[in-house]
Order: sequence, then C-alpha cells, then structure tokens
Amino acid sequence: MQKEAAIREPLILGDKSYKDITDDVVGPIQGAAPTGWKIMITISTIIAIYGVGSILYLLGTGIGVWGLNKTVGWAWDITNFVWWVGIGHAGTLISAVLLLFRQKWRMAINRSAEAMTIFAVIMAAIFPGIHMGRIWVSYWVLPLPNQFGSLWVNFNSPLLWDVFAISTYFSVSLVFWYIGLIPDFATIRDRMTKPLAKKIYGVLSFGWSGRAKHWNRFEEVSLVLAGIATPLVFSVHSIVSMDFATSVVPGWHTTIFPPYFVSGAVFSGFAMVQTLLLIMRKGMKLENYIHVKHVEYMNIVIIVTGSIVGVAYLTELFISWYSGVEYESYAFINRFSGPYSWSYWMMMTCNVISPQLFWFKKIRRSLIATFILSIVVNIGMWFERYVIIVTSIHRDYDPSSWGEFHPTSVDVGVFIGTLGIFFTLFLAFARFFPVLALNELKTILKTSGENYKKQQANH
Amino acid sequence: MNKVFHVMYDDDDTLKDAASALVAKGIRVKDVFSPFPVHGIDPIIGVKRTRLGIAAFMYATTGTTLALLGMWYFMISDWPMNIGGKPSFSLIENLPAFIPVTFEFSVLCGAHGMAITYLLRNGTLPGMPASNPDPRSTDDKFIMEITTEQNAMSADELEAALKETPLFELSIKDYK
Repeated sequence: MQKEAAIREPLILGDKSYKDITDDVVGPIQGAAPTGWKIMITISTIIAIYGVGSILYLLGTGIGVWGLNKTVGWAWDITNFVWWVGIGHAGTLISAVLLLFRQKWRMAINRSAEAMTIFAVIMAAIFPGIHMGRIWVSYWVLPLPNQFGSLWVNFNSPLLWDVFAISTYFSVSLVFWYIGLIPDFATIRDRMTKPLAKKIYGVLSFGWSGRAKHWNRFEEVSLVLAGIATPLVFSVHSIVSMDFATSVVPGWHTTIFPPYFVSGAVFSGFAMVQTLLLIMRKGMKLENYIHVKHVEYMNIVIIVTGSIVGVAYLTELFISWYSGVEYESYAFINRFSGPYSWSYWMMMTCNVISPQLFWFKKIRRSLIATFILSIVVNIGMWFERYVIIVTSIHRDYDPSSWGEFHPTSVDVGVFIGTLGIFFTLFLAFARFFPVLALNELKTILKTSGENYKKQQANH
Repeated sequence: MNKVFHVMYDDDDTLKDAASALVAKGIRVKDVFSPFPVHGIDPIIGVKRTRLGIAAFMYATTGTTLALLGMWYFMISDWPMNIGGKPSFSLIENLPAFIPVTFEFSVLCGAHGMAITYLLRNGTLPGMPASNPDPRSTDDKFIMEITTEQNAMSADELEAALKETPLFELSIKDYK
C-alpha cells in the first residue's frame, strides 16, 4: 500500500470508513431539503427571473437599452462575459491540472468546482449571445453554407476563435464532469429506496456497475481528458485576451495579455470556489472533507496567481512609459488619473493588495478572512475587466468623440440576473448531485484519512 | 449445472490478497465489482490496459486534419478575403492565424471521440440496466465474480477454496 509522510495533514478528518463517505454525501440527497436551502434557492430564483425578464426586454427592444454609445461600444456585456469565463477557469484547472500533478486535495473540491465552471461558462455565453442583438441568427457564427454567395466566417478573427474556444471548453468540461459523475450516480442509485428517484438516478448512472475493466478505462479516460483539458484551459482565456490584444486600441494592444488574463482567470476562479465551498461545507456538514488545509491550499494558489496579476499590472504600466508611444502612455495615465480612476484604484486594492494578506498564516487559515477576501477578489476582478474595457475606449484618438459610459437598469438587471441563474443552478446541483467525488475520495482514504494516518503512526 | 460465485469482501486490500491467492491456485476470476478503482487488481485478474488513449490520439489527429482542411477551403480556396492585408493566398502563409481553431477543434474531436468510445465500449449508456450483483458494491463492498464455467474445478472445490479467503459474504447462484 502507498504510504504518505506522517507530517502531512490528513485530508479526510475524523474516523471515517468507506461507508461513512457514502453516507455523508448521499445522506443529504435522500433527506428533506433544509430550510436554509429553500430560502436561498427562492431568493436566487427570484433574481434569476428578474434577469430573464431583463434579457427578454433587451431582446425585444434592442441593445439600445444598454448604456452603450458610439464611443463605448463594449462595456458591461463584455466585462461580464470575461468575468464569468474567468470564474469558469478554476474548475477545470482543479480537476485537470491538479490531476496531472497528482494533488490529492483536489478530490474534495473538484466536483463542485467543475459544476461551478460549467454554470459560469453558460452565464458567460449569454453575453456575446445577447450582444448580437438578433440572438436567433447566432448560428451565423458557424461556418455554414449560406445564401450570401459563399460568405464564410472569418477564421483570422479572435472573435471567431472565441466561438470555438468557448464551445470546446464548455462541452469538454461537461463531458469530463459527467464521466466522473457516472459512478457516483450509481452509488446514489443503489441506495435510493423511492422508485422514482431510483429510476432517475438509474438513467443518470448509465447502468454503471463498477467492473474492473470499466474502472481501468475510467482512469485512462480521466487521465487523457485531464491531459488535453490542461492546454485547453490555458488556450481559452488566452483567446479571450486576444479579442483585445489583436486590436489597435491603446491599452489593449499588448503582448502580455494572454498570460495575464489566464492567471487573472485562475485567481478569480479560485476566489469563487472559496466563496461557494465555504458556504456549502457548512450547509451540507462537509467540514471533515473540505477543511482548513484545503482552504489554505487554495489560498496559496490565490497568492501565486494574484501576485502574477499584480506584476502584470505594473509591467503594463512600465511598458506604456518605456515604449515611448504617446497614445499608449496616455491610455495608462488616464487609467489611474482620469474620470475612471476610482475603478482603477478599486481594482489595484482588491487584486494586488488584498491577496498579499494571505502571506500571513493566520489569515490564510482563517475561514472568515478567506470568505471576505474571496468576495473582495471577485469584485476586484470584475473591475479589472471594466477598467481594461471601458477606460481604454472611452477616449478615442479623436477628442471630439470622447465619451463616457453609464450603465442603465437593463445593464444592471442582466448582470444581477446571471448571478441569480448561476446560484440557482449551483444550489440545485448541491441538492441533487453528489457534491464530492465519492469514488475518488475513497481511493485516498487509506493514505490521507486521519484515522488511517494515526494507525500508521502507531505502528 | 454451471454455478456463479459472488464473493464479497469488505476491504480493497483483502480483496487483492484473496484474488492473488486464488489465482495462485489456478482459479480464474471473471470480474471484480468495486465502488472505486482498486489499484493493482488489473494484473492479478488479467485485465489488460485499455487502448482508449490511442483512440483519443486518432480522433484528435482527425480533428486537426478536418480543421486545417476546412479553413483551407473556406479562407484560401473558396473565397479568399483580404482582411487587413493579412496573407490569404496559401495555407502556410496564413497558418499562424489558423492555429487556435486547429487546436480547439483537435481537442474537441479527441475528447468527445474518446468519451463516446468509452461509453460504447463499456456499454454504459442512458437507461442501461445496472449489472452489479449487489447494491453494496457501489458503496463499501468489493465483489469477485467466479464461474464454474471458466474453471476446471468442481463447484464444491471452488467453494472450499473461496471459503479459505477472509470473505465477508458468499452467494452461489445457478448460471443460465
């Protein structure tokens, strides 16, 4: 049997057996819905309905109801898109990159982080969709034969690369997530007593029986999917950043964008995982599986990526001066001292200063501090995108067309609405799906479970 | 009458030791049902490594080819467009701009091709009936399936050999 160093903190606390792991995860699904969950899902559904209403109003009236104007033609829509895609990066990073590095602590968090990824990417996809105005012709982004001569889509454009990147990322993450879910659905199926629930989980589990050959294939599929999902994660946000970087707008046209966006995405994704999991572990009594050590590991990832983001901000600033390009320098001087300087300083405080607090072990291991800072980081990351997008285009080369952006109630409604839809989906997931990867957790119980580690130490 | 034995163990290491002991006696283990992948059981019971990885590679290269072929047709052959003066006369010249889509499409084909093959080869598809002999095998029990059909021993001899291992439960059924 594989042994683990005794000084490593156990990943599964308490005196757990294989059966306890099943009980702790499947129990809440079998039981009645807790009141807290009912309250939360009611609130988020109301917000979601408001969001859907805003979207329908927007589609019925036209995107003129947003605060966009001739100068600022991209604002909250693309900010929200990039923000959601960024959040959607943590899940696959946790399940794919950490699988390749054989990090066992990922097993407690990968399932819900991936669910979060999938829901976040759906939210992200809403924005370019509705920004098209006529969403019913959105299939025009695909290279389909058409009646306009043979007018194909432009494969030189990063916007089209984005179509391929986001759809590939979404569908591959979904498949990766579902393949991991199949054996766990089988566990639920075999424990359900009500016939309807048994039937539903039976269909969802695809008739999984846990044969040796199937597990052999399962592990190969997980490994290969992780291997190809890893470059995929990095490519997706690189391509999102190229939407900006390949244009000639000062403040966007920088080669630093791909790595800067990717680390920013991981940074905000982990922050969102923290926000969600800190609530979920309490609500579903999973404190033995997702505990301080997991939170600390994630906070370390947040320090690393947050510091990369901080260095990128400073590099950007330095290069704008060093390049000697007047327009480029102006774009950055305007960022920190112009009409939108408040958002720049907001971003700097939230993203550069606040994650550095995690260098203190006390803060890094404090659940309350982590929860607060994770929300601060996500606010900061939203402002990062806002700063990049709005401040770069609100002052054109031609001063007569300088303008400002003011969000309308529809801008706000659509954004808040996506938060509502996201939380509704996540709460539904937490109620009906196995929130921990049961089959994976059971494989590490003997090496990283507290009781087994103690037994080994006593030998 | 052929018989099928379902030997249940309550620990993965016990199952592995038992399987080794039985195989040493020349008994063939037909299959193992477990709630999670038991590492090291495959060589004991003779499960070969899957070739799904090779399949995935082939699907991915198909994706690469299709993406390049498509973009060559759309952008170079059928309707070359002058976009900001970027070269549009040969695939090689325009290749840098085609890399992202080529990569994404290769991943798309590789991942989905592999996932579909995996589900088909397993026979795990929506609505399929489960075939594990006992519902506890997806929870915390480990079941070994042994048939008289695959073994030269008689049912009684097999039963005796199985009972020597530290089993948790044994069920014997007639085999159709």
